[in-house]
Amino acid sequence: MKLDSRRSPLMVLIPAFNEQGAIANVIREVGQAMPGVPVLVVDDASADGTRMVALQAGAAVVSVPAHLGLGGCVQAGYKLAFESGFKYVIRVDGDGQHNPADIPRLYDVLRESGVEMVIGSRFKNGNGEHTSLSRAAGIHLFRAILRIILGKPVHDPTSGFVGVNRKALGVFTKSFPLEYPEIETLVVLQRRRFRFLEVPCVMRKRQTGRSSITPGKSFYYIVHVLLGVFVNVLKFDGRQLRLDRDATLSRPDCRI
Amino acid sequence: MAGSYALIAMQHFLDLIAAFSLILIAFVLVTLRRERIRVEYSVSWLAAGVLLLLLSRSSVVLNWIAEFLRLENPLLALLALVSITFLMVFFRFSVILSQLKDSNVAAAQRVAILEYQLRELHEEKQAAQSRA
Repeated sequence: MKLDSRRSPLMVLIPAFNEQGAIANVIREVGQAMPGVPVLVVDDASADGTRMVALQAGAAVVSVPAHLGLGGCVQAGYKLAFESGFKYVIRVDGDGQHNPADIPRLYDVLRESGVEMVIGSRFKNGNGEHTSLSRAAGIHLFRAILRIILGKPVHDPTSGFVGVNRKALGVFTKSFPLEYPEIETLVVLQRRRFRFLEVPCVMRKRQTGRSSITPGKSFYYIVHVLLGVFVNVLKFDGRQLRLDRDATLSRPDCRI
Repeated sequence: MAGSYALIAMQHFLDLIAAFSLILIAFVLVTLRRERIRVEYSVSWLAAGVLLLLLSRSSVVLNWIAEFLRLENPLLALLALVSITFLMVFFRFSVILSQLKDSNVAAAQRVAILEYQLRELHEEKQAAQSRA
């Protein structure tokens, strides 16, 4: 399918790495939920037939020449969407965990509320039963930290089922975390005083394959994300200080 | 007796450091000659090698540095300097690696997007030709 923003202001983005077994079903379900909406699959240098299966299922496919990881892959999709003139992008995982039937609700909230980002949340009146114990523990930890930083609760900070508007798209095309982007993205949004809303969603079990975050990588994941959040908080403070200083200096009684 | 033994051991250690520095400098120069390292990235290693060589051959400077750092033994001062020098080199290369990774990711994304757009144009052209 051609990516034409004149036909639809929304594009559905599916980052995929070795998702040959699930990707066709996900694309078909997206087509049923949002007829006529272009679907872009960003193939992260898969070793299997993900690209061919996605093309046969009717999606537009961008294949990056080397494995970039989730963040690099999503950013490539955001860049193409931004350059193609789309106003909204909703990201769905290629493993079938996100139910494309929820996309219309995310899209409606994104358009009508005017927020920069919506998150499909499995914990906000949704279901969290498909979450492993270690992941649930990690989510609790990040929730507590993000509540302090964001000043409001976020129920499902690790959800990859997100929709963004063009304003957020413009920011993410320039700067986007390369690894484990979900949590850092929230802090990036907060730094820019962007708003987000959570929409209750039901998550399913992944249809094929395994999660990239194995128990062994969990510790690295937590350290990596905490460091990324901390760095973003530092950037936020520096920026705020500069803004405050500039505002003070621009006051007539402070001019030299 | 013990003092002279310590002096001999110290001199032996300084000689080892000097030999290591010479090997490092030679190795970097050979690698440069074979064009397996770029000049801009060899400078840090050459500077580290020259610094170590000079310090290991100049006991006056080493003693002065030990006194400045309030270390009784000049060898400890040399070890501290060796550690700091190589940590700085490693950190510099971490920064360079990070910049290169960012550039690589951006280049890979651009290639993928351009390839997609090129394919679209090609298909459009073919469709137009078949209609004509």
